This record gives sequence, structure tokens and C-alpha cells, in this order.
Amino acid sequence: MAKKRYPETKILSKNFDKENSWTFDVARENGAYTMFEKALKEMTPDQVIEEVKTSRLRGRGGAGFPTGVKWSFVPKDVDKPKYLALNADESEPGTFKDRWLMELDPHMVLEGCLICAYATGLSTIYIYVRGEYPLSQERLWGAIREAEEKGFLGENIQGSGFSCNAYVHTGAGAYICGEETGLLESLEGKRGHPRIKPPFPAVEGAFGCPTVINNVETLAHVPWIIEHGGEAFAKQGIAPDPDNPRSNGSTGTKLFGVSGDIKTPGCWEFEFGITVKELLYDYAGGPLDGREIKAVIPGGLSMPVLTADELDVPMGFDDLVKVGSGLGTACAIVMDDTCCMVEASENIAHFFADESCGQCTPCREGCHWMEKIFKKFNANQGTRSDLDLLEGLFVNIEGRTICALADAAVWPLRSIIRKFRHEFVAKMTPEEQAAEKEAQAEKARETAGVS
Amino acid sequence: MSITLTIDGTEITVPEGTSVWDAAKQMGHDVPVLCHDEKLEPVGVCRMCVVEVEGARTLVASCVRECEEGMVVRTGSEVVERNRKTLTELLLADQPEESAREATTGDDQLFALARQYGIETPRFPAGNGRPVDDSSPVIAVDHQACILCDRCVRACDDIQSNLVIGRTGKGYSARIGFDLDNPMGASTCVECGECAAACPTGALINKPITVAIEPKPLKEIESVCPYCGVGCALTYKVDEEANKVVYAEGREDTANEARLCVKGRYGFDYATHKHRLTKPLIRKDAHYPKQALTGAMQRKDDGTRTNGVYPDYEKALGAFREATWDEALELVASKLSAIRDEHGGDALAGFGSAKCSNEEAYLFQKMIRAVFKTNNVDHCTRLCHASSVAALLETIGSGAVTTVYNDIRNADVALVTGSNATANHPVAATFFKEAARNGTKLIIVNPHRPELADHGEYVRLRPGGDVAFYNAIMNVILEEGLEDRAYIEQYTENFDALKETVARYTPEIAAPMCGIEPDKIREIAITIGKANAFLVFWGMGISQHLHGTDNARSLISLCLMTGNVGRPGTGLHPLRGQNNVQGASDAGLIPMVFPDYAPVEDPEVRAKYEAAWNVGLDPNPGMTVVEIAHAAEEGSLKGMYIMGENPFLSDPNVQRARDAFMNLDFLVVQDIFLTETAEVADVVLPATSYFEKTGTFTNTDRRVQLGQTALTPPGEARLDWEILCDVMTRMGYPQSYERIEDVFIEFSDLTESYKGLRYEHLLGRGKLWPCPDPENSEGEVVLFGDGFPTPTGRGKFSPAEVLPPEEMPDADFPFILNTGRTLQHWHTGSMTRRAKALDAINPEAFCEVHPEDLAALGVEDGGMVRLSTRRNSIRVKARASTKTSKGSVFIPFHYREASANLLTSDALDPFGKIPAFKFSALKVEPA
Repeated sequence: MAKKRYPETKILSKNFDKENSWTFDVARENGAYTMFEKALKEMTPDQVIEEVKTSRLRGRGGAGFPTGVKWSFVPKDVDKPKYLALNADESEPGTFKDRWLMELDPHMVLEGCLICAYATGLSTIYIYVRGEYPLSQERLWGAIREAEEKGFLGENIQGSGFSCNAYVHTGAGAYICGEETGLLESLEGKRGHPRIKPPFPAVEGAFGCPTVINNVETLAHVPWIIEHGGEAFAKQGIAPDPDNPRSNGSTGTKLFGVSGDIKTPGCWEFEFGITVKELLYDYAGGPLDGREIKAVIPGGLSMPVLTADELDVPMGFDDLVKVGSGLGTACAIVMDDTCCMVEASENIAHFFADESCGQCTPCREGCHWMEKIFKKFNANQGTRSDLDLLEGLFVNIEGRTICALADAAVWPLRSIIRKFRHEFVAKMTPEEQAAEKEAQAEKARETAGVS
Repeated sequence: MSITLTIDGTEITVPEGTSVWDAAKQMGHDVPVLCHDEKLEPVGVCRMCVVEVEGARTLVASCVRECEEGMVVRTGSEVVERNRKTLTELLLADQPEESAREATTGDDQLFALARQYGIETPRFPAGNGRPVDDSSPVIAVDHQACILCDRCVRACDDIQSNLVIGRTGKGYSARIGFDLDNPMGASTCVECGECAAACPTGALINKPITVAIEPKPLKEIESVCPYCGVGCALTYKVDEEANKVVYAEGREDTANEARLCVKGRYGFDYATHKHRLTKPLIRKDAHYPKQALTGAMQRKDDGTRTNGVYPDYEKALGAFREATWDEALELVASKLSAIRDEHGGDALAGFGSAKCSNEEAYLFQKMIRAVFKTNNVDHCTRLCHASSVAALLETIGSGAVTTVYNDIRNADVALVTGSNATANHPVAATFFKEAARNGTKLIIVNPHRPELADHGEYVRLRPGGDVAFYNAIMNVILEEGLEDRAYIEQYTENFDALKETVARYTPEIAAPMCGIEPDKIREIAITIGKANAFLVFWGMGISQHLHGTDNARSLISLCLMTGNVGRPGTGLHPLRGQNNVQGASDAGLIPMVFPDYAPVEDPEVRAKYEAAWNVGLDPNPGMTVVEIAHAAEEGSLKGMYIMGENPFLSDPNVQRARDAFMNLDFLVVQDIFLTETAEVADVVLPATSYFEKTGTFTNTDRRVQLGQTALTPPGEARLDWEILCDVMTRMGYPQSYERIEDVFIEFSDLTESYKGLRYEHLLGRGKLWPCPDPENSEGEVVLFGDGFPTPTGRGKFSPAEVLPPEEMPDADFPFILNTGRTLQHWHTGSMTRRAKALDAINPEAFCEVHPEDLAALGVEDGGMVRLSTRRNSIRVKARASTKTSKGSVFIPFHYREASANLLTSDALDPFGKIPAFKFSALKVEPA
């Protein structure tokens, strides 16, 4: 008997199917801006922040930092302008969840931004949209213009005394501009070089002023939290680990995406709790006919891979970490048995080598040399010492740089080498293959001898 | 607040804000770095300096991480060392097999790390295939050797504020780029060499100027740059065997903070040019009557000479025969003595030079006064800041700056007027640009748009509109009540007269005279009036006018009125031109005054010098530069001694001056080359270049610094001071000093402002005069905090009215000609056009014409034009440039083949006796 499918919960995606969902009229009919009005009229900024803290909402960009905590870092009494930089530079490979929100419900995004602006006392919103998303830019600009016309943006909004303006800023195709401080540099008109932290953006961000940086999906959750309360949000999904006082769990709903070697790629909204396997098989239709899933990166490209045997794990922040991976953007990339993991490695290394900003030596040089070594394997010229060299490189790249781009390169690659070493051995020179075989046999003998 | 942390097991307490790297350094731990340099803001990108911090998730870049209370740091743990080794290996993999830096100066920091970590062949496949860029005449760029450490970017942006170098590309293909990724030589690079000085690898290295740069021990000579009045302290690296300067480096812990410009860093090779004079020369009988010898000097020369500078130098030398020193000196002494004895001392005159040392200037004026028996002694100060000095002496009783150029760091608002500082005082300009970046508001007033205009608010003044403009500024300040009444009351006099004058110059009245809108005048006046600390820098755009003294008076009044003298960040700073124009003037190389500006007419002063020199002295002020030329023309002046000056290119209306000097009965020129002036000399004495002697030089800040011998003189060339002593002795006034410092001691003992200074004080940073306590003090930075050295102790307002220039444009001469200088060349080019790199960068004469004017003439950008004034005409290449306004033409005066001074007028400012180099009516035609 087929087990019951994990149910969808449409909160962020509630308007996706409606005709002209991106227009003010349709959005307003479905309640857009009412929670912003509620916050403005009935709540103090601190109450809004408290509500978001209570919800345990965690950032949906990949790092999972608690949103309410982030907002509370923004200084209250400063003699400077404050900014919201909405990170809509959705450049993570295989990731397209924010795009759906921006294209299909830009007013929900804008409302989340406005509530954040009110809560943190800022009056300028920059929406940094990746250059390859022209429709998102168009719909966001359209939403901004409509909101201005309807008096939800601009001076003295709804007679509340609160003023706020929003602008769309277009990226130019660099992955690194999705890194929050790289984004700020780009926003300021400079090369997208991530900054050394501290100082953190909440204190010294865009143009040297306090800046909140949140992901699109993160802020889109906020109107619902205001409507239903933080408690209600916190009850959805996966509760914090009671044994770990620092655990925040994975509360609320989430947009999950699937792409790659899969029958029906797509994006769905669930409460946290669905497993990778359920997502892939029950919603994305499972592998293509006659193929088998070999490996899955659960969120984007920047997380360690799971093998086909490791998929029975909930798509949650802490749950995936426990099995040595991570949620990332929660948009899974699937590789099946036709995919050569060595070629995939070269592809991944190439991506990061190409997208490194070039500031830090370990990343700029290291990612490139990793790619070169994978190329060597793909030319069947690999050696065992090359794998050792890679392991040595991983150690000296991870955690050695200004931002996490280099870490993001190391994590999937290291896990692929460890979990699919045999594929690399198959691409070594014949002599090296023989040596590897001998070494494995030796190891087996030793193990046997010991036991 | 202080912070206590533990580094490698030892506790250390440091001030808050100290980086971990600095703290470790204090403990003697040299944490390796590639991207960090203590002069630069740390960027933390090479990751070589990472250390382990207990509790931190990742390794921490120590150059950027501030110390925190209780931090436990390990700078050399195994994990850290392994990381450094891997980084070194990664970086080394791409390096060319041989480091260009190792092969030249031998200090490649990456190769040093490789040796330290024992890396010979990296395990990574080699080669990034990046190109070599050989386009710069002075810097060799090898992108393959670049490790993207960002030092050159910060050197260019943050130290020199030139903003040329940036990054281009991303990831592994990231590279440094010049402007929009142009080749360095085709970019806006000004070849200051700061990047090459900062680069840790072979990516940016100096090209050889004289001999090959090799990693061998070189003699290091601490000295001062021989070019402009900024007087940058530097170190020459000398190959003693080859007797050549190999390269130059700026010196740390000096006023210029190790910064240099293209001339200072790459322009030292003129000293060993093959044209150096090595033997005394006497004009052959066959070459009388005198004629100019080279094509460029001959009459009606129309500038048809080609590039490359001195094509007929050998031919010119052929007009002379070599002589012994004895013969030449005897001839000089007997001819000059005869003129003196027959016609009186006033039939003789001498030009000293602001290129020479204080000692040489002192001796030269002593020779003219004590031996020639006349006060006819002057030098090029007459042509640059004589009017500024006249105004300063008249109003505040002192002819020097009231504060140093670096004091701009303390100013809220700084006015830079009539100055093209990035070309003429390049290193001072780096401090101006830096101050602008740090919040000092720069106001740049100039008819010709200088590059500094990019860093502040620029207003284009109508040529000659200075007095009208500044009077209107003062009008508004008074109107708005922004004057400093307490200061005026306590420290000044004659304010009512000024008030009466400027009251008539409302912005509306001044606007048509100065070409600046009334509202803009008001805005600038209010900015100046409201500034807490306001500082004025001015150049020859102020001084070289018929009303140059009035221009300077206006600036002085502006500072006095607003109380902006005598405090940090305030004051008056005429940017002095030559390396020793301040010192030469201090030493009395001026016809009206002895050393220390003591008037020759004053019997008490004269008695002091008569006693010191044991000789009777002329009580009448002598003639100035242009007056001397006119006396030669008219015939009353018979003989001249010219040391190191080249009036055949530098005098105004120079054809008249040339004809006049050719009219002399006897001319002796003491120089290092056969200059345009020496061509018509009777005797030429081969002197020593800056590099071959020791002496003191006083820069624009009043900073007295010691230049030291770096090279031995060529052939029989002799030290200038020894030549002067021999001439004096042979003319019946025996002079001998054991060593050059004895001349300095004689000078400083007679000169209040230099009193007590000795050579031992003048190394390192030098001393600012006055410096009563040289053992313990650098000297006075800011002068006149408490009144002025005037008879009343007050600064005097000297109001100025707008006067017309001598000649106005008319139908025949509709343009206005403005003259000036370029970054790479120095004055008449005798040095810089013989400096390989400088000549390569700036090889030919040109003028700048507004593109619309050029189009109206039907001349293409780069085409030839004929420039004519009522005096003469030249043919020169025209560059289309919007730096100059419509109706104006700018021409640098360095070029002998198209001498700008054939065009200029020799009418003089009545007070400073300075010619109006900045204003002539001009005709422009296609040629």
C-alpha cells in the first residue's frame, strides 16, 4: 500500500496559481500589505522583532541565521541612515525558489521588506536582483511603482509618519555578489569583493551605515508571522532539539526545489520535515526511466553530497548537518548513474574557480589547481598522490579565506572524493590503479590481521 | 585602553586597536606576510599571516584582526605553518622560473618564503599564461609574477592618489589592470614608481636607467631630490665602480614619507650623460663675432627641429677649444677685473642658480658683492616667486611659507590657486589629494584646469582675474560677517583701507572681470569664511603677472582677514619652484638684500657684512634679471658670470635677452652642459652636477636638508665652490675653505634663521628654519602664531585694485597665451631632456589649444600651428585639450626647439620685477 504523501503547505506559494498574481489588485485581494498596516498601526518595532524571534525564523539564503536576532543587532540610535539590502542575487546553481516569489508574488516580498524596515527603523530598501533575472526585476519594479501609487511606499505611509523607499539594483552576473558583503560592495558600485568581518553589516554595511541583509524567501515569511504570530510559525516544521539549548530547529514552511537527473524538476512548499527521498520520489517523480539516483546535493552546489543510501533524512537545517551535509538553499541537485563523479567534480571546481573574486590566495589559486587536478583525472592521468594533494589543499583552503566561497568549493568536492574514490581510481594511470589495488589489499590484510 | 592577550605562550599588553600582527611583531615574532606593508591599510588577502586563535572556527589573518582581551594566539603552530607552505607552493607554481626581482634588487619576498619552506618544485602544474607588459618606459610589468597582493593598488590609490591600478577579471583570471585594463604605458600612469617600490615579487620592477640593476652590494647615499621645491628625501643606490646611480628610493621617516615622482625616481641619469663638460672651454677666435651655434638658438628659428634633443651639440662644441683650468681661470679673472677696474663694479653682474646649494649661493653673492663690487646679483627666483616674496615681506615681514605643505592634513578648506601641483610639486600634490580624500575641501582656482581639479571644487578663472576674484571673495566674507574680528584687532593693521577697497568689488561687479558667476563667488567665500582652518597654496599662476604682487597681497589679506595664519592647518604657502629657491634667496642671491633678506641700503647691515668679509660694499641695490639683460642690451653692462642658469631659454622675450647677452664684452658660464646660454660664452667652466657634491638645500617648507656626494665628477669638472674661491682669489680676494661645511658655518653664523645649524643636524628629516634648538627640535612648523616680524608686530593689509595686463588681446592677437611646465621636464630641459626615461615619456614640444579653437583653425589634434605674439613666433605641435579654455593657449616652456619665451613679454611687475609669463596676446595660425 502506498504510503501517504507528505502534504504541501501553501503559505508563500498561496498566490502562485492565481492569474496576474504579481499585480497589486490581485495581491491586495489576497491580503497584501494588511500585515504591514497591522504592524504600523498596532505594533511597536520591538514587538515586531520579538514576534520574529519567537517564530525562530531562520535565514533561507543558506546560512540559516535566526532572522529576529539579526534584526536586533541593528543599532537603534544612530545618526546615520540605515538600509535594507534584500539579497535577491539567487545565483546558487540549481536554485530557483526566490525567482518564483519575485516573479509570482513580488508584493508579498515587498511587504516583508516593509515590515522589516519598520521593525529596524530604516527607510531605504535596495533589492539586489541577479542580472539574469529580467522578469524578476520587471515585476519588482512594477510592484514598487504600484505600492508607491497606492501609498504603501514613499513619504508618510498611510499617515503613519513612517517613510520608506525601495529600489531594484541589478547585478551583473557574478556569483560572489550573492555573498552578503560582496553584495554590499557591488551595491556601492565597486568590485564584488567580500569584506573582512568584523565589522558586521548590521553595524557597518552599505555606505558605512547599519544594514540588514536578508534573503527574499526569509522576508516573504514575515507577513504570515505577523498575521498568525511567532508561536504559530514556530509550531510548524521541525522543533528545536530539546537536548541542545542552542538549536533553533527548522520552523515554518520552506520552498524546496529539485533539478538535475530527475523526472519532474520543480519547486514545492512544505513544512520542514519532508525527507530528501520523499521530495525526490513523491514530488519530483524519481529518477528518469531506467536510471538510478547516485548522488544528491541537498541544497545548491555548496554542500557535501549524499549518496543514494543517505536520502532518508529530513530536509532540515540541523538534520542534514547531522549526516555530514547541509540544507543550503534547499534546492537539491540530483546526479544519476550516468553521471561521472570525476567529471562532476571538474565541473564543480570550475564553477568555483571561475566565480572566486580572486582576493584571497587559497581560493583564487586553490580552486583553480583543484580544477586542473580533476582535469588530469578526466584525461586518465590521475595518481594517488594527486588525491593526497587534493586532501591537503582542502585543509588549507577551508576556513582560510575572507568569505565562505572557498569552503563551499571544498565541501562538495571533498565528500565526492571520499564517497566515490573508486571512480577516481578508475581514472588513474594503469600503474597507479595497480598500486591502489595493492594498497587496498594490504589494508584489507591488515584489518583482517588485527581482527 | 589597553588589551592583554597571549601570543605563543607569552602575555603581552597592547593599546586597543593593535592588530595581532603588530602585537606579534612587538614581541619579535615576524609573522610572514605578502600583502601587508605597514604603510598600507591592511587587506588580509594573501592569507600568509594567518594564525591560530583559540576558540576561532577558522584561522585568522593577523594583519587585519585586532587584538582582543584574553585572546590566545599561536603564530607558528603546525597547522599554520602547513597552511603557509601550501600557499607559498600555490603561488610559486605560477611564477616565472626566474624572479625579475631576484635578478635585480634581490628581494623577492615570495622566493624568500619558498627558500624558508624549502620548496623547490611546486607539486602543482605550472603556468598561468599571463602576459608581460613592456609598454612603460620605466616599469617592467610581468602579470605572470603577480600574486594579486594588492600592494600596488594601494600604493597607487592610497599613497599617491593616482587611482590608475585596479583589479580586472575574477577568480584565477584576476589580474591587476591599469585604467580600463590598458597597457601600463598607454594608461594615465604618471610613472611615479610607487607600485614598483611596493611590489613584493617580480611583477612590477624598475627598468634600468643607467647600468643593469643587479643583486650586488650598492653604496647607499642619503640625499635629496635635485628637482623641485618639495625637496623629497631619497636614497641613491650607487655602483661605485661604474660611477653611476643605479636606482633611487624614497626615504622613510621624512616629510615626503618615501614618496617620489617620476623625476625624482627615474630622472637621475642626466648627471652621467655623454654631453657632460669635462674640460674648461675657451671660444675659438674664429667664432667671433659671436653667434648662436645650434639651430634651435639661431634667429628666426621656426621650430622645425625634430624629436630627440641636441642634434648639433658636437658642432657647437667645435666652436670652443679645450683649455687648462689655469688658463681658463686666469682669463676669467683678468677679463672681469679689467671691466671692474675700467667701468666700475656695476658694469658686471652675476646670475647664480636656485639649483645650486646654499653654500654655493652664499659664495656666489659674496663674490659678486665683495669682489665684483656690485649688487648686480640675481637668480631665477626673480622669474618665479619674486612678487610673492615682495608681497610677503611687505605685509608679514617674512618671505617664506608660514607652514609646511603637509599641514594640509589639518585644514578644513585649502585653496590651491595658480598651481599645477601634480606636475610641478607632484609629491606635495599627493598629500593634497590624500587630504581631500580624508575630508579637506579643496578649492582649485586656475584658468588652466589642473589635474588636481579632479579632487576638489574647480573654478575656471578668467586669465588675469585674480585680484577681482579675491577682492569679491573678501567682499562677501565681510558682507556675511565671517571675518575674524578678534584676529584683525589683535594682529593686523590697515584693515580699513582694505575694507574700503573690497567694498567696491561686489560679486556682481567682479564676475565679468574674473569670469566666475556671482553665486559661485558667494558660495566659495562662505566656505572659506566658515572654515576653522584654511590654508592657501599658490604657484606661478599668481606670481607671474604684471600684477603678481597684487595677486599675492590679495591672498595674504584673505588669510589675515579670516584669522587663518599661525595655527595648524592655516597659513600661506607659495609653492617654491626650484629645489633650492628658498635657500638661494635666504643666502642673499638677490640684488637688494644680503643673506636673511637684510637690505643692502641699511648701513648697519652693510657694516656687519663689511666687517665679516673685510671689504667695502656697494650701498645701492643691484639690478634684477630682466633689468640686467636690458643693461647688457644698452651697453652699460659689460661682463657677466652665470652659474647654472640658462637665461637663453628662461628669460621672457628671450630673443631680446639673447641679443643682449651676445652684446656683452665677456661672458663666463659655469655649468655641467654646454647650455643654450653657454653657446655664446667666452669661457665655459665645467662644473659638478648635484650628484657630485655635498651641500644644503632648503625646500618650500623652509626645510634645510643635506645632499651628499654620490658620484665622482667626470674628467676635470670641479666643485662649484672651489671654482668660485679660485676666481675670487685670482681677482685679488683670497678665499679658501677646508671643506664645504665651513662655508655653511660662515653663512649660518651670519644668518639669523639658520643660526646654530650644522650638517650633523640636517640628515634624516632635516630642520625647518628657524630652529633655535636643533639638538631637540625639528624647527618651527607653523610660524606667526603670535604676531609678525614687522616693525609693528602686525600683519599689514595691502589692498589691491584691478589693473589691466600690459597687452590685451585684439583683432590681430586674439588669443591669450599662458606658459607653464609639465610633470616630466624641468625648466629649460637641460637636465631632464638628457634623462633617458623622462625624455622617452615626454619627447617633444607641444601646446594645448581648446578643441573648438583648433577646429575653427582647421587644424587636426596633433597638427602643427604657428604661435605669434608681438615679439616673435614659433611653430609647434598642437594638442586639443579642454584643460585650456576657449581663446587661451597653454605652452610649456621647456623646449628649446619651440621656446615659449620667444613669445612672452618682458614687461615687469613694478614691485617684484617679475615678468608676466602667464599673459600675452597671441595669434594662432595653421602651420
